[in-house]
Amino acid sequence: MNRDVAHLGWRSGLGGLLAAVVIVATARATGVDVDPDVLAAQQARIEAIRRATPAAVSIFAGESGGGSGVLLTPDGYAATNFHVVQSAGPAVTCGLADGGLYDAVVVGVDPTGDLAVIRLLGRDDFPVAELADSDRVQVGDECFTIGNPFLLGTDLRPSVSAGIVSGVHRYQFPAGTILEYTDCIQVDAAINPGNSGGGLFDAAGRLIGINGRASFEKRGRVNVGAGYAISANQVRNFLGPLRAGRLCDHATLGATVATAVDGRVVVSDILESSDAWRRGLRYDDELVSLAGRPVRTVNAFKNVLGILPAGWQVPLVIRRDGRRRDLLVRLQAVHTPAKLAALAGGAPAEPRSGGGEPEVPAAVRAVYERRAGFANHHFNVVERDRVAAGLAALRDSLPDGPWILAGQIAAGGEFRIELADATALIDLPTGTSTLADDDAFDRQPLPPGSGGLLPALVLWRRLVVAGPAAVGQTIFWGTAPRDPATFTAGATGELVDVLESAVAGVVARFGVDAAGRVVWIDLWAAADGDPCEVRLRWPDGDAAGGMPAAIDARYGGEPFATLLLDAPAAGEASR
Amino acid sequence: MIPRCFLVVAVVLAARAGAAADPTPQLVAVIAAKSVVKIYGAGGLRGLEAYQSGIILSPDGRIATALSTVLDAEGIDCVLDDGRRFEATLVGVDPRRELAVLSIDATDLPAAVPAAGRAAAGTRVLAVSNLFGVAVGDERASVQRGVIAAVAPLEARRGAADAPYTGTVYVLDFTTNNPGSPGGALVDARGRLLGMIGKELRASASGIWLNYALPVDEVLAGCAAVVEGRAGMTTAAAAPPFDLGLLGIVLVPDLLDRTPPFVETLLPESAAARAGLAADDLVIAVGGRAVGSRAAAERAVGAIAAGDPVRLSVIRAGTVVDIDLGPRPAVADAALPPETAP
Repeated sequence: MNRDVAHLGWRSGLGGLLAAVVIVATARATGVDVDPDVLAAQQARIEAIRRATPAAVSIFAGESGGGSGVLLTPDGYAATNFHVVQSAGPAVTCGLADGGLYDAVVVGVDPTGDLAVIRLLGRDDFPVAELADSDRVQVGDECFTIGNPFLLGTDLRPSVSAGIVSGVHRYQFPAGTILEYTDCIQVDAAINPGNSGGGLFDAAGRLIGINGRASFEKRGRVNVGAGYAISANQVRNFLGPLRAGRLCDHATLGATVATAVDGRVVVSDILESSDAWRRGLRYDDELVSLAGRPVRTVNAFKNVLGILPAGWQVPLVIRRDGRRRDLLVRLQAVHTPAKLAALAGGAPAEPRSGGGEPEVPAAVRAVYERRAGFANHHFNVVERDRVAAGLAALRDSLPDGPWILAGQIAAGGEFRIELADATALIDLPTGTSTLADDDAFDRQPLPPGSGGLLPALVLWRRLVVAGPAAVGQTIFWGTAPRDPATFTAGATGELVDVLESAVAGVVARFGVDAAGRVVWIDLWAAADGDPCEVRLRWPDGDAAGGMPAAIDARYGGEPFATLLLDAPAAGEASR
Repeated sequence: MIPRCFLVVAVVLAARAGAAADPTPQLVAVIAAKSVVKIYGAGGLRGLEAYQSGIILSPDGRIATALSTVLDAEGIDCVLDDGRRFEATLVGVDPRRELAVLSIDATDLPAAVPAAGRAAAGTRVLAVSNLFGVAVGDERASVQRGVIAAVAPLEARRGAADAPYTGTVYVLDFTTNNPGSPGGALVDARGRLLGMIGKELRASASGIWLNYALPVDEVLAGCAAVVEGRAGMTTAAAAPPFDLGLLGIVLVPDLLDRTPPFVETLLPESAAARAGLAADDLVIAVGGRAVGSRAAAERAVGAIAAGDPVRLSVIRAGTVVDIDLGPRPAVADAALPPETAP
């Protein structure tokens, strides 16, 4: 099959093709009677294009070509394709439709999903696109693209091409393990080389996708009516790790699936080292849904998996012997960190082979920091500090000195927890566990059977009292579902910021909500085992801060304990 | 299923709303795609896809599609919009219209509703097909939108050979004729079938890729002829393929398995003679592609489309000489050898 599905990075060496479909929307009175509905539709289209155009970015990357992008935040974060910035080095030049030319720096890259985030510098009032819920997009919807096809945007006038949605939830195979388009939107609006990374907008001018791919074959590298955009909902899921400056990875269940003779989607192979295996997934289990999305075909499975970052915990529903089972599985990374760095190739974090490290342009030197595992570590510090500031804002509501948490265990009995700077204690009906120093964190995850509830609580107190620096090596990991058990992969699944700390042989991740409250902690005492999963339930109401109402601890897929905290005595919480 | 019930209700409502109000494009797209099937057969080699599209013409499983090498298979599979897969029987072919009729063993299928009469240039249309094989299983066929640019006779060729069908087609202003598209549906704003998307062809005059559809009356006439066993009687005599003789080149007689393509002689005043080709030149490449035999050289030249450049590389006295014969003329325009000219 000569199916040449190509990516759209436009290289300056490929000149000669000069054709662009520019729909110039004009509704001019010509004396002809025109149906008012037609005029109204035309006016609506003009308005939508007017609304969307200011956020369109024309990206120029010198020798390595360029592409398009779209602004997402007033402080200059913009989405584009990985393959647009892949060979560009840390800096690109961006033009906007208002005639402004801006330096921009690569923030984060996702080679598998072909996404990247760059930040335009110099303003905090950039026009932005409104991110829509791409699951609402239907075949037949009007849509339009704005971008920089054939790098025509050198006059800083982005090109607009209109069309309809030709298909939704499309799957397009990767090249090796990168540039895989899952759950993407297929359009007949012209997507040409150079449109890569630009926005796909709906009839109201809202962003529904990031253009990046087209089917090309014998007619040359020009649009033939089949282009593909990464869905806005996938972009939403990856914005966290991308803004973290990371080399982002995609997820695998640790299992492969196949269509059975009767049409069911069943597990055809599974790694016994995977979380899915430990949670009980087995050969021949039928998949019903993943992250709330029905799985009726192998493509549907790949589609939902492809819009979820590595490391997320999501619900998996299976059927075995006619009985439904609800699992909660943690998705593992597709690549090793070294492999991912190699695939990111020209990505700025990796030194070029042979010729030493490339020069960092002066324009971005202040916002660029090279570090292994990151596209640009500078932005990890920025995001970590942002989350830390949210935590610090609640510090006044916390008890001074050691914390005493006491109350009832849901299953019966009482508990008492003491968390101090150097020591910690948990008193349960089954016994008392104490930690004298950090070195004991991983040697004997206490209390027994919890997987490390006590060290998780110790690190939680340190994080909120003294900030990220007090819990070892801490990075901004990205975002993840606030409540994995009920998470659905769409525009509505709530995400929280995640910090990751490595200290004394354990790794802990903290989910921090928009109010600055830690809502969950996952702590791994052993790298390849199950974490202790701690869920902090906060009292209803607007008042943030203070202590949670309850703490759930799970380990190995089983509940360990639910601790119901006594309301603090007056004056105790804010001495 | 609730969505399907809703759909039926919506269709009925749309129909009752009267002739003035067209259903939404989203609804038309869904309805049209239900009558389009994905067809899988022979192919998979370079330049030959193993998949195309088809249109359900009757609830009991009659399907129209384009006549192509995809159908040269022991088993032809049809996958419906709802994901059901059937093995199809080839009922027959109409070589003149390049159309084939398949049959699957099914009932109550969502057959396409043909439009009455021909559409005019300027009509807004949707094209529904499995272009590039993007959709599999129960994934919906792809929907594109455009306009009928012209209603005109087809003057097209594939490789060196003229397309057998020379009747009227809808010439479209959007790229509908992609790999996998042949056999797909062209529908109007109400979802009625206007035509069947044809194969990937190039215009005889310009060499430009054509986007066209066979009008539905031709599709239905072709299907009727196939079913009644009348098709195949009207195959037009194939136009003479373009060959070396039309450039004025006479190669040595083809006597061996791999006769070296030596130039025997050149016709006087021919394009080849003017371009500087000489007797005893050994042709080693056509358009930059190596040719190792007389047969390969003839095939390579035959595959050049009208308007595309003809470039030969020859070995003459031990050195390679590149010879540019300019754009390939259309067959009718080619300088005919004087002795055969009328």
